[in-house]
Amino acid sequence: MFSPPTRHVIGTVVALTATLSLSACGNKDGDGSAAESCVDTSGDSIKLGFLNSTSGAMAISEQTVRDSLTLAAEEINADGGILGKEIEFVEEDGASDPAVFAEKIDKLLTSDCVAAVFGGWTSASRKAMLPVVEANNGLLFYPVQYEGLEASENIYYTGATTNQQIIPAMDFLASEGVETLFLAGSDYVFPRTANKIIKQYAAELGIEIVGEEYVPLDDDDWTTQVAKIVDAEPDFVFNTINGSSNVGFIKAYYEQGLSPETSPIISVSIAEEEAPAMGKDVTGQYAAWNYFQSVQSPANDVFIRAFQDRFGSDRPTSDPMEAAYTSLYLYKNLVEAADSFDVDDINESADGVSFDAPEGTVTIDGDNHHIAKTGLIGQINADNQFDIVWSSEEPIEPDPFLEGYDWWDPTAE
Amino acid sequence: MKSLVRTFGPLVAIAVLAVLLLVVAPAVLSPFRLNNLGKYCCWAIAAVGIGLAWGRGGMLVMGQGVFFGIGGYAMAMHLKLEAAGPEGIPDFMLLYGDGTMPGWWEPFRSGAFTLFAIIALPAVAAAILGYAIFKRRVKGAYFAILTQALAVVFATLLIATIQETGGFNGLNQFTFFFGYNLYDPVNKKMVYSIAAGLLIGCLVLVWQLYRSRFGELLIATRDAEERVRFLGHDPANVKLAAFVVAAVMASIGGAMFAPIAGIISPSDVDATASIFLIAGVALGGRALLLGPALGALAVGYGRSTLSESFPDQWTYFLGALFIAVILLFPAGLASAVGRAARLVVRPKEATP
Repeated sequence: MFSPPTRHVIGTVVALTATLSLSACGNKDGDGSAAESCVDTSGDSIKLGFLNSTSGAMAISEQTVRDSLTLAAEEINADGGILGKEIEFVEEDGASDPAVFAEKIDKLLTSDCVAAVFGGWTSASRKAMLPVVEANNGLLFYPVQYEGLEASENIYYTGATTNQQIIPAMDFLASEGVETLFLAGSDYVFPRTANKIIKQYAAELGIEIVGEEYVPLDDDDWTTQVAKIVDAEPDFVFNTINGSSNVGFIKAYYEQGLSPETSPIISVSIAEEEAPAMGKDVTGQYAAWNYFQSVQSPANDVFIRAFQDRFGSDRPTSDPMEAAYTSLYLYKNLVEAADSFDVDDINESADGVSFDAPEGTVTIDGDNHHIAKTGLIGQINADNQFDIVWSSEEPIEPDPFLEGYDWWDPTAE
Repeated sequence: MKSLVRTFGPLVAIAVLAVLLLVVAPAVLSPFRLNNLGKYCCWAIAAVGIGLAWGRGGMLVMGQGVFFGIGGYAMAMHLKLEAAGPEGIPDFMLLYGDGTMPGWWEPFRSGAFTLFAIIALPAVAAAILGYAIFKRRVKGAYFAILTQALAVVFATLLIATIQETGGFNGLNQFTFFFGYNLYDPVNKKMVYSIAAGLLIGCLVLVWQLYRSRFGELLIATRDAEERVRFLGHDPANVKLAAFVVAAVMASIGGAMFAPIAGIISPSDVDATASIFLIAGVALGGRALLLGPALGALAVGYGRSTLSESFPDQWTYFLGALFIAVILLFPAGLASAVGRAARLVVRPKEATP
């Protein structure tokens, strides 16, 4: 098949390739310990990484987080920096793609040598970054409410875990005398896990689940699923849909004659930013968060004024934005409590570090790296702001694995 | 002299690429950059297959993400089970499922089976699919749309099966690659070298295919399918063979992508990812031997560096780059290299 000279050349190329490949032989006995940190703390500035999606499906949401991180960095710099060092932030685009998040956080930690990274939105993006940040013994601050069941030494979670958002929402529903509940969610890990918790807690509270429907994240067609809600006539609809799929859901909901008077919705992903973008008047619907723009506190007045001065008076503030803003200040307080930028030093003295955040004073739990947060339920008013109708009063201690709840059985369906 | 250049010129080019990827790159690049280059190599492996199917065979394969995904998920399942330990099951099944593992995961505990599956699964899938398509003489835009739809279906299926495939999050958190700790920089370099070596291997294979009778037949089928039929060959078989080889190459690319990127998720294998592979091939030059691989490497590199330099506007730059290349070099970037080489060679030939 091959002529002699051809065979000769092929042989050379193959042999060359094989030799070169083998020359880079692996090391089976290596302990694979984390690479030495390359963070430079000798200068007048300290590098931090902001990793949010500025392109792709999540860009609309994540850009707001980028803006509030920028604001916090500018404020801290104007106030003398962290341990006297000015923050120099490196921006990267996660492109709404988990593999890109993994690549970019690697770049930030090993090429830019940032002291900490702030960002991520979807659970997929956080899960993708987790092994990288652990391998490099770096730090990640993640600002979005999520499904819990995680506590990495290298991540600080400044959004709510389930016992600070899902469980308070259920407590609110129980206090309203709700007897039947319909679950509608996007088809991914947060809604699936949230609904698993909701179903088990509902059994405990005596609330009947009359339906459970999922639609893929980027799918806008909720027509058939909403028809099932119409048939089931639930007292409330628990909405764990994320992103633009909410628009399709809300559209179908109102077009098929449902309303807050018959089967109101309680959402965990619709905030000040999203409410006006729903294409329908959503006045009277509910949302569970730990911060609303309407929270009354001096710190919140300062935050809202600073944000609107910087980015425009028409821009609302929301829970993830506030959690991101808080995360940078918490990092400052963590570094100053440890008097060091070293990750191990910071973790050592993390327990009890607090910040007077716009949502109220938040405190870090040194064991699970989450923060204590107050659970709030808001009802959307005509201005697309939320009237706070229920509060857990006290900050709720984070319990990502729901160890303090007897009814929780992680292996049950 | 001229015929020797034509015969061995491509091999010399492959050898140069091999030296660049296997000697120069590991010596000069930081571990992070080298790992990125490894990812581009994985896309390039899939692109070489697309060059065969599309450039030479005229089949616009818009759904190679499916085969990239089959290889990627097969490898990721093995790595996930390796990370879980001999009797363990993957962490996400404990967290989000009922704590039991579906039976079809079990064979992937074996490394040998996994390697077999990475080759056999896409080959069988492509053979069945290709047989049905080509025997019915589906071609052109219909074929492209069909393969594109397949990528959409595949990604949707993955997203819907959270407890079996990790859903939207995909599979990640691998610790070992066939016994080698993936956190060790030396081992990361080794995994990179394997990917780069496989790319070179695929290029040599395709070079040989292009020179063979099969290669001639493939071009004939592309340009005049009916005439090939009149000459007594069944074009369906020719296309089927090219389609299967392309699928296996995509699968190999995906299999190396999982340990190098550290993750495989539906967004790496969906319709957008498939088009991204096509874009690299078009940019590099689909009908040329090195075009698809160079194009895929260039697009991967461009995506990383442009997004680092312009985190907010990079997508526009990438789009502008595509338009510029298609306008200036319709046959792809590699054709520009060929044109330049001919300018150098021609004056020498003129002197007797």
